[in-house]
Amino acid sequence: MRLLKTTKWLAAACIALAGIVTASAQDKGLENPRSTTFRKTLEGKKVVFLPLSMGFDLTEGWAAVMRQQAKRLKYDFEIRDPAWSTDAGTRALQSLISEKPDLIVAHNPDIQSYARLLAQAQAAGIKVVQINLESNTQTDSYVGADWTEIGEQAAQAVVDKCSPGKGASTKVAIDTGVPTAASDVFQLDGIYRVLNQHPDIQVVSQQATEYNPEKARSIMETVLQQHPDLCGAIGIWDNQDTGTASAIQQAGKGDQVFLVTSGGGNKVGCENVEKGLFNLYISYNVPLQGEILNAEIARLLLSDSTAGENKTLYFNPLTQITKANVNQRNCWTLDDLK
Amino acid sequence: MSGAVAQGNQAQLSGLLKSQEGIVLVLAVLAFVLFSLLLPSFFSPGNILALIRSVSILGILALGMALVVIARGIDVSMIATMVVSVSWAFVIARSGYSLEFALLVGALFAVVAGVLIGVLIAFGEVAPIFATLAAGSVIYGLGRTFFFTLEMQNVPPDAGWFSLIGQGRILGVPVTVVVFGVLCLALHLVLSRTRFGWQTYAMGNNPGAARITGISNRPMIVAQYAISALVAYGAGLVLASSASAINARLFNSTMIYDILLVVVLGGIGLNGGHGKVRNVILGTIFVGILLNGMTIMNIPYTIQNLVKGVVLLLAIVIDSLVNPRDEQTSQQGDL
Repeated sequence: MRLLKTTKWLAAACIALAGIVTASAQDKGLENPRSTTFRKTLEGKKVVFLPLSMGFDLTEGWAAVMRQQAKRLKYDFEIRDPAWSTDAGTRALQSLISEKPDLIVAHNPDIQSYARLLAQAQAAGIKVVQINLESNTQTDSYVGADWTEIGEQAAQAVVDKCSPGKGASTKVAIDTGVPTAASDVFQLDGIYRVLNQHPDIQVVSQQATEYNPEKARSIMETVLQQHPDLCGAIGIWDNQDTGTASAIQQAGKGDQVFLVTSGGGNKVGCENVEKGLFNLYISYNVPLQGEILNAEIARLLLSDSTAGENKTLYFNPLTQITKANVNQRNCWTLDDLK
Repeated sequence: MSGAVAQGNQAQLSGLLKSQEGIVLVLAVLAFVLFSLLLPSFFSPGNILALIRSVSILGILALGMALVVIARGIDVSMIATMVVSVSWAFVIARSGYSLEFALLVGALFAVVAGVLIGVLIAFGEVAPIFATLAAGSVIYGLGRTFFFTLEMQNVPPDAGWFSLIGQGRILGVPVTVVVFGVLCLALHLVLSRTRFGWQTYAMGNNPGAARITGISNRPMIVAQYAISALVAYGAGLVLASSASAINARLFNSTMIYDILLVVVLGGIGLNGGHGKVRNVILGTIFVGILLNGMTIMNIPYTIQNLVKGVVLLLAIVIDSLVNPRDEQTSQQGDL
């Protein structure tokens, strides 16, 4: 009798144990074949970034974000830095075409220089993503600002402040960078699309600063001598417009001249908004662009289509930063991204 | 009597037109009168101050370049020295040291760079143009690799007195212009009143003869490049202070050619031995008038560059017509 009881108890224990063992086998989960392919396909691929130059907020920011994903997904990420030289960039692109990496991220110095080479790269089977500055050739993907939209937003802001009766006058100055860059040609088109609908607004000066803050400063100083009643100014890049802003401040016209500029949303630009140097700062948000770029890189590397087969583009959203919304979310430092 | 005076004046005028300096002076006066008549508010005290101020930094750099050029050298590394030393000083200041200490380190860097270039030229006997061209790339490369990542360096926060250099005024005159004026006076005194100055001219005129007469050419060369580097650093501080930032990318710009434009246009020959501070002032103001006038007329960028290029070309052509290459230059070599 006692034996029977013990046997029963043992049997029950065995069943329970077996149950636990099966349960623990189920706890190890299922392999996701898509994750495995995703990682396997990307691993060991080679991505090369060809910036205008390293060493400024935009390119350093994108590179930091791209490098992080490359590390996470174990693909090669290289930078070829032509240091502002279109010649060196062209040579780098030519040698890349024979090296055949899987993907090139190109940052164009102007709309023409790389146009044919990018088409050749795609013909050689290399996928090409263009970042923030387009060329005339449309490639597999473009990620970046819609410069026409920036121009329209900037011009609209100035029109709102300087229409007849609203500001000190209806005079507006425009500070451009280098006349052949995509940021200049498309942005000017956007600016004039809006200004042409408002014939009252007078453009009294349109000068190139070569992205040099000191040149921007002396141009604005001269313009303010000629037109002390200037109402608005549109600058093409925050890095140069610190100079434009300091000319306006030194003339004591900080309250009179409404300065609009645009940039990648770096903390330095934001500080200038806080200090009241920039009245409106249109940001194209470098960390966001970096993330979209990463998604595009992964998508193209995974895709079976050949280079140049499907062309897409995405103009990322812009943020209008004023004194009211300078905050952590809109402004970044390079250390945040690393 | 009046005929004699007229003749004297005519001789003076033709003498004036025979020197490049004279031609540029006439051109500058012509441009000034023309702009004053045609452009409203060109001839206003505010605009003239703005005009001088906008080229003061160029003028300061040209003073350093002039000293080297008079001694038959050339320093195309000035921009590299300027951007790297100033950017590095700002980086040091932002990392927690006091601004004064940081600026001292920057100055030290500039002087060391200048001395090394001087040693390379004086003792290594490398042609100045190649030595400084290479040194410029080395300095810039060092800076970008080790001292700072970002090309754009804003003036460190809480630098009250520092912003006065570029933005303050003394008796209504911008400090930038005052600094240029003081440096002009200093260099003028050095060149005309000191042994260092006379020896500099002697070296430029005939280095061989200068050495034979007992001038220690080598230490002189080292000193000249150290001074031009220090002047470049000073110009960088003024520039950074007035624009609230410095952009290391200036190294890639045409600024170094603008400095040479000022020096050559003013009438300081690149083969050395002659030229005074007034040449630098003349060149600076002429370039200033041109740039200011073209900005007021809102002339597009490419045409402005075209005008600058044509003016430089004209100056060089006139220079070679007025001072034809002779036996001496062909023997001594020309830049």
